[in-house]
Amino acid sequence: MTVLSLDRVTYAYAGATVPALRDVTLAVEPGEFVVLAGGTGSGKSTLLRAACGLVPHFHGGTFSGRTLVGGLDTREHGPARIAGVAGTLFQEPETQVVLGTVRAELAFPLENAGLGPAAVARGVEEAGLALGIAHLLDRSTSELSGGELQRVALGASLATRPALVLLDEPTSQLDPVAGDELLGVLRRLNEEWGTAVVLAEHRLERCLSAADRVVAIRDGAVACDAAPQDFLTWAAAQAPDLQTPGARLFSLAGLAPLPVAVKDARAALRKRGLDGSGAPEPVAPAPPPRSHGRVAAAAPAPRRRGRDAALELKHLWLEPRGAEPRLRGASLTVAAGEIVALMGRNGAGKSTLLRVAAGLDKPTRGKVRATGRVALLLQTPGDYFLHDTVAAELDGAALERAGLAHLADRHPRDLSGGERQRLALAVVMGGEAPAALLLDEPTRGMDQPRKAALAGELCCLGGEGVAVVLATHDAELAVAVAARTVLLGKGDVVADAPTADVLGGGWYFATQTARILAGAALDPAAGAALLRDRLDLAVKEALT
Amino acid sequence: MTYRRRHSPLHAARAVVGAVWCLALVTVAVTVHHPVVLGALLVSVLAAGTAALVARPVVLGLAVGVPFAVVIVAFNAVLSHNGLTVIFRFGGPWDVTLEAVVAGAMYGLTAIALCCAAALYSAAVDPDDLLRAFRRLSFSSALTAALATRMVPVLARDARRLSDAQRCRAGAPPARVALLRAVAANAMDRALDVAATLEVRGYGTAGRAPALKRPWSRHDLAFAASAVALFALAVVCRGLAPFAMYPRLSMGLDGGVLAACGLIAAAVLAPFADRRGV
Repeated sequence: MTVLSLDRVTYAYAGATVPALRDVTLAVEPGEFVVLAGGTGSGKSTLLRAACGLVPHFHGGTFSGRTLVGGLDTREHGPARIAGVAGTLFQEPETQVVLGTVRAELAFPLENAGLGPAAVARGVEEAGLALGIAHLLDRSTSELSGGELQRVALGASLATRPALVLLDEPTSQLDPVAGDELLGVLRRLNEEWGTAVVLAEHRLERCLSAADRVVAIRDGAVACDAAPQDFLTWAAAQAPDLQTPGARLFSLAGLAPLPVAVKDARAALRKRGLDGSGAPEPVAPAPPPRSHGRVAAAAPAPRRRGRDAALELKHLWLEPRGAEPRLRGASLTVAAGEIVALMGRNGAGKSTLLRVAAGLDKPTRGKVRATGRVALLLQTPGDYFLHDTVAAELDGAALERAGLAHLADRHPRDLSGGERQRLALAVVMGGEAPAALLLDEPTRGMDQPRKAALAGELCCLGGEGVAVVLATHDAELAVAVAARTVLLGKGDVVADAPTADVLGGGWYFATQTARILAGAALDPAAGAALLRDRLDLAVKEALT
Repeated sequence: MTYRRRHSPLHAARAVVGAVWCLALVTVAVTVHHPVVLGALLVSVLAAGTAALVARPVVLGLAVGVPFAVVIVAFNAVLSHNGLTVIFRFGGPWDVTLEAVVAGAMYGLTAIALCCAAALYSAAVDPDDLLRAFRRLSFSSALTAALATRMVPVLARDARRLSDAQRCRAGAPPARVALLRAVAANAMDRALDVAATLEVRGYGTAGRAPALKRPWSRHDLAFAASAVALFALAVVCRGLAPFAMYPRLSMGLDGGVLAACGLIAAAVLAPFADRRGV
């Protein structure tokens, strides 16, 4: 029996003039792994909410068509009843865990299903073992990291052993390691237990290799429903924003078929003799595109030291009472107009360093020196908004400068993700440009066009002489904007070098292009140029 | 103050028993009107907090109780017109008497003991286990209480984040009303998210929870016995040598009072003696 079937579903949220889903027809078979692709606001989340019954029961609105989940019609059965056949996981780990201990959290859906104590106890143990969280069972949920919380929430959604699990960007709030672990767990659930998975995800390169099908949603309608390979071919022609870096590399180089995973790409290059044994020095990425009519900086400013520095952090220590030091003598100097990417695993001290630099936290030892104001954009743009209209958040001139004047009468919470980020950036920038702008994980949960727009924005600021430091896990963004990358480890700088050096030869801190080309190029455009050169060389060699 | 499972006899006891035991402490605190006995109870509760490995939250409860006690002392000194020993003369009904101050201190001591007992309860009694026990009576009320407990640290973290973001704004700091509105809007968003999560975990279909058959452990029995003893002592202590506050202070301090102190301490601390199977 089909575990999920949507038949001509059209849905509009209450008060909305445009439907969020338009005539969607889709079927998911038992054991299938389906990835939902699409930009922010395309309708992926609404589709998942329709599949779990929250649409229309929880959100209201106008619904037509028919959704069957495990044979249950969502018009007749609410989300609580659907929960027995479909587990659901959303983005935010904090609000998906409702009880105090992991054991109680896993037991909650089983008890709701009316199971007896023995069945509940067995279900909790099995969910704990299946999700690799058995060691957390007696831990308090308030002590868990984001990745652990998300696993517990996944465990709770799977405790009743549903045939289908629906996941709405479950890794968007997690660091790459925790995100990869979660996707690994999903893969195992799908392969070993036959659970059907429907996963909405922005970073397709992470999950495409596990997928049986990719369904692309655009403006609330299904734009493509195909196997990963065919989806990539479709995306190359119809939706370049949805291409993975590896597929973009191949399509720019004129190679086919487009690779689904790094392994496929390497195999294809090896087969053509383009795997680059004896690879040259890494190729620097092309400058980012124009942004809001302004021209991006042609090339990042050269690195300066000492008196030229816009921001200088010297031997910073942060030693909280009764806890491990969070900074251990970290030093960083950023010149005016320079863009620096700050990378490192979770807990390495990236956010702490930015907080200390911006004056939010006081260092125990060390000095912070800046030639002017230091602006900090924290991870959640919505936290900056206090007023009912965009106009009340900023004066007219600042709105004009940020390119948001046309949204002056809108409520900040009604803006799209990208617009929110731009507004928050304008709020922290203020009327006068700061000496330094610090950004903490600015691309979490962002789709490709928003990332590209942000990259352009940052390069413009760099061009205007603002020193920019961005803490990020996103190697693609670091390559797009930063000439220099600083790697933090356990509260201190462990590497400080040009981005091409730091991200070229890495394994974990590397772009997908770098992984495919063994570090010979960092971004798809540079990689494609390199591949074309190699192709030309191969042709010439063949002719001679 | 949030619950965290620790290896102590109180944490090992079932939540209903732990809650009843804490209720017994509260009962003794509100029924006993002798400062020495109340003092003994307070010291015993602090010692119990240490034995339950939650000394810090209990001391925090003490720190919360002290300002309450000071306010009670001040109010009673100003508002009570009883007592013969005037220590501050402000004229007529505003004179402050030693008896009124001591009476206020007695009520304050009770408030401190109550705060410490409440702190011990919130740090050592598993709210989820309690929810499971009470959901058989009223599921939605028990869940609301559990969720409220769970949302406290989440909202506290949100408030810290919002406060940091406001410190990062360029220009003058925002008005408090605007900030308050933002915090409220954020809390509403959180509440909606949690409500959606509850729906997809099957909360809407939840019926009467099945009875959980669990054998009584040594710790369940010890704390239950201790609670019974404390309830009995609460009754017995009402007949102790009298402590009079008005019109003059007089405190009976005989063998009965000292015995009550010893018995209360023993009843409170005895269940912690056996640390097997915690």
